[in-house]
Amino acid sequence: MAKKILIADDEPNIVISLEFLLKREGYEVVVAHNGAEALVRVRAERPDLAILDVMMPQRNGFEVCQDLRLDPEFKDLRIMMLTAKGRDTEVSKGLALGADVYMTKPFSTRELVAKVKALIDRA
Amino acid sequence: MSSPAKLIVAVAVASSFLLAVLAALWLVIGAGLEAPEQALLASLLERRLGALLMIVFAACVFLFLILRAAHEFLLLPLARAAEEAAALLERPTVRLSPQGSSELQELIGAVNRVAVQREAREAAIEAQIRAANAAAEADRNRFAVLMSELAQGVIVCNLDGRVLLYNRRARALFAASPGHGMAALGLGRSIYGIFDRHLIAYALEHIASRRRSHSHFVTATESGRLLRVLVAPIPEAGAAADGGAGLSGYMTMIEDMTETFDSESTRDRLLQDLTESSRGPVANLRAAAETLYDYADMDAGDRRRFLAVVRDEAEGLAGRVEAAARTYAAVLKARWPLEDMLGADLLTAACRRIADRCALQVSLDEVDAGVWIKVDGFSMLQAMSYLAARLHDEYRIRDLKLRLSRDGAMAHIDLIWSGVFMSTETVMHWELDPMNAAGEATPLTVRDVVERNAGEVWFQRDHASYRAFFRFLLPAVSAQEAGLPGAAGATVDSRPEFYDFDLFRDEETDLALDDRLLAQLAYTVFDTETTGLEPSAGDEIIQIGAVRIVNRRLLRHEAFDQLIDPQRSLPPQSVKIHGITAEMLAGQPPIARVLPIFRAFVADTVLVAHNAAFDMRFLELKEAATGIRFDRPVLDTFLLSAVLFPNQETHRLEAIAERLGVSVMGRHTAVGDAIVTAEVFLKMLPLLVERGIRTLGAARAASEKTYHARIRY
Repeated sequence: MAKKILIADDEPNIVISLEFLLKREGYEVVVAHNGAEALVRVRAERPDLAILDVMMPQRNGFEVCQDLRLDPEFKDLRIMMLTAKGRDTEVSKGLALGADVYMTKPFSTRELVAKVKALIDRA
Repeated sequence: MSSPAKLIVAVAVASSFLLAVLAALWLVIGAGLEAPEQALLASLLERRLGALLMIVFAACVFLFLILRAAHEFLLLPLARAAEEAAALLERPTVRLSPQGSSELQELIGAVNRVAVQREAREAAIEAQIRAANAAAEADRNRFAVLMSELAQGVIVCNLDGRVLLYNRRARALFAASPGHGMAALGLGRSIYGIFDRHLIAYALEHIASRRRSHSHFVTATESGRLLRVLVAPIPEAGAAADGGAGLSGYMTMIEDMTETFDSESTRDRLLQDLTESSRGPVANLRAAAETLYDYADMDAGDRRRFLAVVRDEAEGLAGRVEAAARTYAAVLKARWPLEDMLGADLLTAACRRIADRCALQVSLDEVDAGVWIKVDGFSMLQAMSYLAARLHDEYRIRDLKLRLSRDGAMAHIDLIWSGVFMSTETVMHWELDPMNAAGEATPLTVRDVVERNAGEVWFQRDHASYRAFFRFLLPAVSAQEAGLPGAAGATVDSRPEFYDFDLFRDEETDLALDDRLLAQLAYTVFDTETTGLEPSAGDEIIQIGAVRIVNRRLLRHEAFDQLIDPQRSLPPQSVKIHGITAEMLAGQPPIARVLPIFRAFVADTVLVAHNAAFDMRFLELKEAATGIRFDRPVLDTFLLSAVLFPNQETHRLEAIAERLGVSVMGRHTAVGDAIVTAEVFLKMLPLLVERGIRTLGAARAASEKTYHARIRY
């Protein structure tokens, strides 16, 4: 059965690329456009990996990540965070809050796909 | 014992001795004789008694004459010489008159030579002291002038935080609000009125514990300006600069970093915004581009969607970069400092720069060598060489001339060439394009440059001479203004009022106020103008003027001058006296807003006013409404005049001023009257001391005692 990935980002122009790429790699893709929707969709769709943008309306990526990590039900969920602010302090914060991988925009699509594969195969 | 008495005693003693010798002779002769011999002797003596007595008397007179001569010739000159020598101790110019014996005269001569020697030595020492004092005073003044020209604010304090020196810049920084500012900074005032005591204590501690020479802190003023303050301790005279012990005070050096900070933080924010806000769009662009490249097999619909992402994101990014560039240009503009510059220097520099950067012949045309301009030289050079480069590149102009002339308050700088005219549209483009030519690369435009220099630029043609030119119109500086530092120095009087190092000395501040010397106290001399003479019948204060006296110096710079809206009508007869009209009072603060500021201004000083009871009565009547109490001790020049000149009929301010030789100017403005009162008070201080009135308490007691003290308002 195809692994399922949630993409949460409010920028349609990055969602286009991520959705296309991951589908071509054979994953099932679910999209959320803000933090609150991301939480709902994770609970409903139970994906294997969530890709969270930090800067999102309603709940930001940090909050979503923290909420998910507090819930033991999602202890196997992999989380990848994306951010447009390239500050070291933010990377540390994301990892501390429970993200498995942190990627800074702009990233290489090949590297992103490789990291996604590594995360999901590890599960 | 006086000399004549001594003479009488000496004569008596000598005569007695003579008689005693005779008696003894009689006894010795008489004792060895037989009775008949005795009788014979007696009869012999009896017969010669007259002659004998005459001999004895003559002997006595002779003795007297010898003794008197000895007295006059030996004793008296000695006594007179001793008196003169005693006088010499008091007055070094006195000399002993030669008299008496030759031995005494020799002694007197020697004493006179010692006196001459002493006088010469004292004169030399005095001259040295005078020279040293003059040198010290000159140094101080030079130092004060230097201080006053510094771009940073400087405040020097003693260890108690009392201000000994401040410069113009410091005044400008803290006098932003007219009342409070002046109340905050003044000679003899506490620096803690300006800076939090803890900030300074912390800085000094930091210096001591780290063995550093200075320390910094950042603080904000009441008016919201951001200040960076350097604190440096001042070692006691004679102590080694690094020897932790023995401080006599400290210096603070203050930089207003509001603008620097603003432009720096704008630049930082700009940089951060640009990088952070670009990451998202660049990520979108990159992902779309890579996907397009890596998955070339995608269908036409997908491809169009990705291409649309690429187009939109690229366009958005371009806009962002453009906006950032514009903001950066604004920051650059704000950072330019304008300076006074000799116009001819700017033109010479421009010639060199244009010749270096463009293959052009440049020469000076008519140049008015006396024109100074206020300009950011560097940006002007950029603008001129940029225009020259475009003339050369686009119109093949090979020969340029530079001209400088003055037109009233403005200066003209012209870039002249012959032959080719361009369209106004072209000129407009040149003005508004970023200056990227002649090796310049800046987002600024010629327009930015002239705006920043508060000038203008235009293109003009002269058909008759077949010449055309760009004219820069720039503000000129008057020669005196730009000229030598002497122009500014002239306003600094011989003893600038911005410093008083005598305040370094420890004062007996632990004494009760009444026990302190009048000469050592700080005073606020003030005067009020009012709507009338009846405070209890509703008359109000319409103006308060005050000046400070610290260390017997009148500080005219530290004045308080405030009009007050009386919130009632102004009687026409009062306008005749003070000349303040209702229009002048419109929009002025009411008394309730002014009194707290005035109280801060008078803090820690003794109040002085002429007929103070009148002014104090007005202030007291406001106490209930404002809660502001003026409980500092008060001295009244009216009463002090009555103490000093009890027999004079009048103690009006003009009369006292005339009596004491104070020239009266600007009377019946509150500050004008306060200055006259202060000058009168300063003249009174030594006169009071002559009468034994040295302390505040003594002055107050004497005032109370005068008859006029019974007058009450």
